[in-house]
Amino acid sequence: MKQLMLGNAAAARGLWEAGVCVVSSYPGTPSTEITEEAAKYDEIYAEWAPNEKVAMETAFGASLAGKRSFCGMKHVGLNVAADPLFTCSYTGVNAGMVIAVADDAGMHSSQNEQDSRHYARSAKIPMLEPADSTEALAFAKKAYELSEQFDTPVFLKMCTRIAHSQSIVETGERVEAPVKPYQKNIAKYVMTPANAIKRHPIVEERTKKLAEFAETTDLNRIEDGADKSIGIITSSTSYQYVQEVCKGQFPVLKLGMIWPLPEQKIRDFAKSVQKLVIVEELDGFIETYVRELGLDCCGKEAFPLLGEFSQNLIAEKLEQPVHTGKALDEALPGRPPVMCPGCPHRGLFYTLAKNKCTVLGDIGCYTLGAAPPLSSIEMTLCMGASVSATHGFNKALGKESEGKTVAVIGDSTFMHSGMTGLANIAYNQSNSTVIIVDNSITGMTGHQQNPTTGYNIKGDPAGKIDLESLCKAMGIRRVRVVDPYDLAACDAAVKEELAAEEPSVIISRRPCALLKYVKHNAPLKVNTDKCIGCKSCMKIGCPAISIKEGKAHVDDTLCVGCGICTQLCPMDAFESTGKEA
Amino acid sequence: METKNIMIVGVGGQGSLLASKLLGKMLLEEGYDVKVSEVHGMSQRGGSVVTYVRYGDKVYSPIIDKGEADFIVSFELLEAARWMEYLKPGGQIVTSTQQIDPMPVVTGAAAYPEDLVAKMKASGAKVDALDCLALAKEAGSSKAVNLVLMGRLSHYFGMADEIWQKAIETSVPAKFLELNKKAFELGKNA
Repeated sequence: MKQLMLGNAAAARGLWEAGVCVVSSYPGTPSTEITEEAAKYDEIYAEWAPNEKVAMETAFGASLAGKRSFCGMKHVGLNVAADPLFTCSYTGVNAGMVIAVADDAGMHSSQNEQDSRHYARSAKIPMLEPADSTEALAFAKKAYELSEQFDTPVFLKMCTRIAHSQSIVETGERVEAPVKPYQKNIAKYVMTPANAIKRHPIVEERTKKLAEFAETTDLNRIEDGADKSIGIITSSTSYQYVQEVCKGQFPVLKLGMIWPLPEQKIRDFAKSVQKLVIVEELDGFIETYVRELGLDCCGKEAFPLLGEFSQNLIAEKLEQPVHTGKALDEALPGRPPVMCPGCPHRGLFYTLAKNKCTVLGDIGCYTLGAAPPLSSIEMTLCMGASVSATHGFNKALGKESEGKTVAVIGDSTFMHSGMTGLANIAYNQSNSTVIIVDNSITGMTGHQQNPTTGYNIKGDPAGKIDLESLCKAMGIRRVRVVDPYDLAACDAAVKEELAAEEPSVIISRRPCALLKYVKHNAPLKVNTDKCIGCKSCMKIGCPAISIKEGKAHVDDTLCVGCGICTQLCPMDAFESTGKEA
Repeated sequence: METKNIMIVGVGGQGSLLASKLLGKMLLEEGYDVKVSEVHGMSQRGGSVVTYVRYGDKVYSPIIDKGEADFIVSFELLEAARWMEYLKPGGQIVTSTQQIDPMPVVTGAAAYPEDLVAKMKASGAKVDALDCLALAKEAGSSKAVNLVLMGRLSHYFGMADEIWQKAIETSVPAKFLELNKKAFELGKNA
């Protein structure tokens, strides 16, 4: 049946059709929906793992046990999973194992725009790269064949525009993969130096065989063009932009297998055209390889290293007609993302800003605490860094920073890689204050469950890690819980824990306001007779509050009646509308 | 047929998903090649968001570039103005007149621009602006702005009414069907 399908959903469909049994992932935009969609198939066991390293090791274990397995992650998640990655390249697999990694050129929802293709080359693992939903489905299935044929994990490399665009797919049926009985094989699976040293040449030999496969597979195809003045090598979404512009005018070598690359196919293609042009987003990965072959080409000298491509950019570089439109002749105010109305993080960041704290932040919705007017967070690096960097900051500056520096990390991020940082604080005893903003969900990626929520990926009851007990068990004696809607309680907690002469954890706990089970209060309104236009309520950056004709105004379609503004108003001007929310 | 382009723009959280779902289903049903690109993740949190819908004999790029949109359908006035450069010469903007202050306006760092409809028209764009929020409320829910806009778009789109009706029936939950059909009619006839 023909249907419109999101690239990530098509990849998930491919997993199902390939007979995958075990899926373990950590959510990360733009990879999340592969696992969410996979979880909807009854034949697949799917889960959210605490982080990508755990997810990859879980998938590896399932493969070892003899069932086809999968793990998915965003580009930066692959950094977390890099440790098992490089060595499961040596062990190889038992049943097929596929690792999806989704890059985010243009950084729609990421802290960097690293190019994950380098991992394929450095870990010596083959990588397939689909260019639409049809290929996402087909390549996911193909990846399992390759994984078992060549005894290697296989990458399925997505990017934002493939992962998050819908195109037409024709679905097939599931074919159960026969279970490959687990057999004890110490030489293959125990990577001591003595064993690993024997596995490494096998890996190199495998890459050679895969390179031979790359020469003949239809994953790499030439789409001919009459005008041989240039020949374009491209893949993924860049391929789509190229054909959008060129419509078959020039020959195109469209690569679906991005590692290892087909040397002879590239040499032959180069001979068939006057000039080679490499069109690829982010780094010159293909270009580097082509140059290593001693072939001349045009790549990053023309096409940017930064950001996303588009058809107009390709048209400009290939000297084709560029579309232009007319912008309004005035600068328009931007619309950056903001904390939602009723966001539980708002009250906490207001408190931290008011106390002039140095706030080292982390990855999640709460990173928006760096945005005006709160402008509270001063550092965001990677998952978990708030906790460990606060420890380092305090070790460097001692008393000078201990009394005003805090780490802010979400519940899911704390489970992902904040715990080890807290272990360092507990063990090496820095007088650090860690605030866990516990909104009872993984928020930014679109509400995934995590080990602290008590529910699994299907929403069924699951194990629940108690944050207070956990922190105490790690040796933190001062652990307290506050409601971030209660500004006075927040203020007291922050002041007291910063003053304490020992490590402490504050759990700022209230569920995300967007969760379906969260009941909202009636929206507020402003009594304009009382409002003096002092703008005290504007300090919290609530999208529902604005100033109209010198007085505060509440947008009742946005307000959820959280009442933080009420606590800031010196005139008691906010009143309930009494309307049912 | 040359590829046609529809952009659906608005503020994260306004719910443009139903509009793109409806259009995608309808165009697929009509036998076109279709691509729909969405925004996920951080920018959804109250930021400026855009969905691209493209259809034709063969669609390559999943996105729409500057000067390419046949239609811009906007849930919010400032967003219509922001994305206007993506309209192709002779393209049509269909926008709700709803205004949502972005954070720089909330904090007082900038002002919400005035007379945007007139300014867009003065720049040469064809603009159809209507109070979709009021019409949605008239239909029974402020959440039906989606269908009011689709109704208005249908005015220009050159697709038979029964095709729209069928698309609505297959995209909307049964219990909200009448409400959404009413919203569509109110938009179409406004």
